[in-house]
Amino acid sequence: MSKQDFRTALGRARGLGSAHHGVNAFIIERGTSVALVPLCLWAVYAAIKVAPLGYESAVLLLRQPVNAILALLLVGVSFTHMRVGLKVVIEDYIETPLAKIAALMLNSAVCWLGWAVSSFAILWVAFVGGPVH
Amino acid sequence: MVQFTLPRNSKVTKGKHHAAPADAKTVKTFKVYRYDPETGANPRWDTYDVAVDQCGPMVLDAILHIKNTMDPTLAFRRSCREGVCGSCAMNIGGRNTLACTHAWADTPGEVVQISPLPHMPVVKDLVPDLTLFFAQYSSIEPWLQTDTPTPQREWTQAPADRARLDGLYECILCACCSTSCPSYWWNGDKYLGPAALLQAYRWLVDSRDESTGDRLDGLEDPFKLYRCHTIMNCAQVCPKGLNPAKAIAGIKRMLVERVV
Repeated sequence: MSKQDFRTALGRARGLGSAHHGVNAFIIERGTSVALVPLCLWAVYAAIKVAPLGYESAVLLLRQPVNAILALLLVGVSFTHMRVGLKVVIEDYIETPLAKIAALMLNSAVCWLGWAVSSFAILWVAFVGGPVH
Repeated sequence: MVQFTLPRNSKVTKGKHHAAPADAKTVKTFKVYRYDPETGANPRWDTYDVAVDQCGPMVLDAILHIKNTMDPTLAFRRSCREGVCGSCAMNIGGRNTLACTHAWADTPGEVVQISPLPHMPVVKDLVPDLTLFFAQYSSIEPWLQTDTPTPQREWTQAPADRARLDGLYECILCACCSTSCPSYWWNGDKYLGPAALLQAYRWLVDSRDESTGDRLDGLEDPFKLYRCHTIMNCAQVCPKGLNPAKAIAGIKRMLVERVV
């Protein structure tokens, strides 16, 4: 509080009032956390399975519809979790309003872009594929 | 917001040393935060070698002994001296607690370090400015709200409903929990803090109250409520053994129930 702030304590405590949102972000944070457990287990299993077999087996794995869908879900849920989680970190740690807004926008842009590129790559491999002989 | 260092005018310097009287049998050293806004000087650590054989077992006994026999300029709040009023909340040995119920012998280390509740403006010495803390409590409207006309006799409540208030109504608003919470340190102007939210939950689960929806509306906010990251310092330090983090989780659960 600056020395020129003549608002009452109650006025400062009430501030701009309630934003009337937050529960959806809370549900998304928890929901994506839970969803990432089986998706990460699948990703680790798939990586262990195809790693010794080389590039072609990885392409063949993603050509199977179940694996392609799981991979799409993994990147979608991961980037959503990252976007919502990093938003909270930025709000906590960045003080300057302009820097905060810039960081929040950058966070969203990077996460959406990462999701789009990753999803495109998975779909490309699944439908067009690499050089499989 | 996050601050990693103290502002220049808040850096604590070395202060005066007050030796024990010659007739002292057992001596314990107390390192006490001192700040006088009228001098314009930075705060300092004064040390007092207290003849603990001449005072009671609690930290409050020791600082009363300091004030009465060694240094009458020391300022602190105290009232009930039995853990009911919450006035003597301070940081003792790095942990927020009540000076009246915390024995100096239980503080680890050779020196008992005492400072005001963390991250609050300091009025003088061990007296923090709790104006905003109490305004935040006031903002959650901690009273029974009903539209139904008041009954001729009392508002009735089933024993099971009354039992839901256990672990909530005992809060003495000492501010130990809120001032131990990093989220409250960083966003104390917008985050209501554990104490106010525990009290908010106390009224949310009161079966006699008719404003549950309005209360939830007022709390659903990324900062007022959702700045709680379940750090759990509040539950660690509460001198009454309450669990504000659990109450906050209860509010979050009610908000989920409302939309799912």
